[in-house]
Amino acid sequence: MSEHKAKEATLKVYRGDGKEGKFETYKVPMEAGMVVLDAIHYIQANYAPELAVRWNCKAAKCGSCSAEVNGHPSLMCKTRMDHFEDGEEIVVQPIKTFPLIKDLVTDVSWNYRVNEKIKPFTPDESDTKEWVIYQEDIERVQEFRKCIECFLCQNVCHVLRDHEKKDGNEQFMGPRFLVRAAGLEMHPKDTADRLEYLKEEGHIGYCNITKCCTEVCPEEIHITDNAIIPLKERVVDEYYDPLGKMIKGIFGGGKKK
Amino acid sequence: MTEAQTETKPGQRPSHPDITQRKDAWWGEPATIATVFISFIIYATYRVFENNYFESGNFLSPFYSPKLVFDWWKFSPAILILWIPAGFRTTCYYYRKAYYRSFFMTPPACAVDPYGKDGYTGETKFPFVFQNLHRYFFYLAALVLIFLWYDAVVSLFKPEGGMQLSVLSIVMFANCFFLSGYTFGCHAYRHLCGGSLDCFSSCTKAKTRFKVWEFVTKLNEHHMGWAWFSLFSVALTDLYIRQVCTGAASPIVLFQF
Ligand code: SF4
Ligand code: SF4
Ligand code: FES
Ligand code: FES
Repeated sequence: MSEHKAKEATLKVYRGDGKEGKFETYKVPMEAGMVVLDAIHYIQANYAPELAVRWNCKAAKCGSCSAEVNGHPSLMCKTRMDHFEDGEEIVVQPIKTFPLIKDLVTDVSWNYRVNEKIKPFTPDESDTKEWVIYQEDIERVQEFRKCIECFLCQNVCHVLRDHEKKDGNEQFMGPRFLVRAAGLEMHPKDTADRLEYLKEEGHIGYCNITKCCTEVCPEEIHITDNAIIPLKERVVDEYYDPLGKMIKGIFGGGKKK
Repeated sequence: MTEAQTETKPGQRPSHPDITQRKDAWWGEPATIATVFISFIIYATYRVFENNYFESGNFLSPFYSPKLVFDWWKFSPAILILWIPAGFRTTCYYYRKAYYRSFFMTPPACAVDPYGKDGYTGETKFPFVFQNLHRYFFYLAALVLIFLWYDAVVSLFKPEGGMQLSVLSIVMFANCFFLSGYTFGCHAYRHLCGGSLDCFSSCTKAKTRFKVWEFVTKLNEHHMGWAWFSLFSVALTDLYIRQVCTGAASPIVLFQF
């Protein structure tokens, strides 16, 4: 508890579902080290016990508390209140891209259905020796393993958020699953080929590398530079580079697959 | 507790009534970039069609190098060469991000959604599917770069014999330096030099490629910076040479022998 006279913060929180709702304004006393999730909990405890919010770790590690604070997709437990100006009105919205259940809680199950379409890790069955994997071979993949599935990148990606490419044969898999696919494709022990899926079903071509996913990722994964662009280049190898294919055909080389 | 009922516009949700809730100057970056791009394009177009003041003694403007003069070509020789750097930059992953945001507003900034469900096809259809040919432009641009280094070296020699070091030569070398940092930090090159491999330790060749990839990755991390510095350096080098040609400026010889 701080010794100073308590300051007050003003929060404007969305209350309602996907069909109807409104923004309600609440006053919350500020405390040292407070984050937006604390303020939401204060509102729940003091004004609106039925306010729906999903959270778990309060340590930016479970990926549950994704929301939009003053229009910025962010983890509420990682967004400090002292980051705002004194007296500034703080707008808290649910993430936009997925169906809203209530208040700040959305149904993100679409993501799990997309995930199922990605061929899982497929090592060579005949490789029965003990695996020795060097750090330099696995470093790229390790970055992608940091993902906490907060789906902030899926939420901010304009292909899903604005253009709504979610269904049928126009489905865009989204940055989170491009990260997962990159982690598998670059794995030294994986033998599966996911390029056709990436191009034809996951529609990697819908991504126009405008980098919003990278900007919001709380794990600071270089989603665009290290996952999406390298995958786009692999798709180019396979589908858009006749010259390169010819040269590889004559001189050999290329990938292990 | 005050309440603000928000109206639902078509295609929008009650939780997201406006194109964004961001309060920062999100339009600042795309607007600045658009202004700089347009200025550069106007300047470069003017210089191409000016078809004059590009060569003085052993100083040759980067817009006109390598100098291709043929009997059958009646227009500016710059046209024969400038499509290479222009194509290289237009299909560059960084510039794509910049102009998709600034000119196409897909999206103008993160979590700013002007469109709603529409016929967006990203880079899957004509003309943007041609972005996939970026690596061919890389090969050509690397070739042009050799000529620019050659021009810088030649500028050290006086046409009448002997050598000189001038500020203009230093500018030309600096331009080559920035252009090299830009060209060899290219995402397509990062893939070609080693990123396409899944295993870096498997054989000696892979180890060498890993070393190159590591270096390219370092350049690539600052690809945006290299892109801007080299754009300015190329325009300023040309402008300096133009001013020397018109007699408005001198190359400022520091010493000669
Ligand atoms: S870089 Fe691609 S995946 Fe990431 S937000 Fe932009 S369009 Fe979506
Ligand atoms: S990649 Fe980053 S932003 Fe996307 S789900 Fe994983 S942690 Fe969240
Ligand atoms: S509560 Fe776990 S990430 Fe915020
Ligand atoms: S990605 Fe920018 S030059 Fe290739």
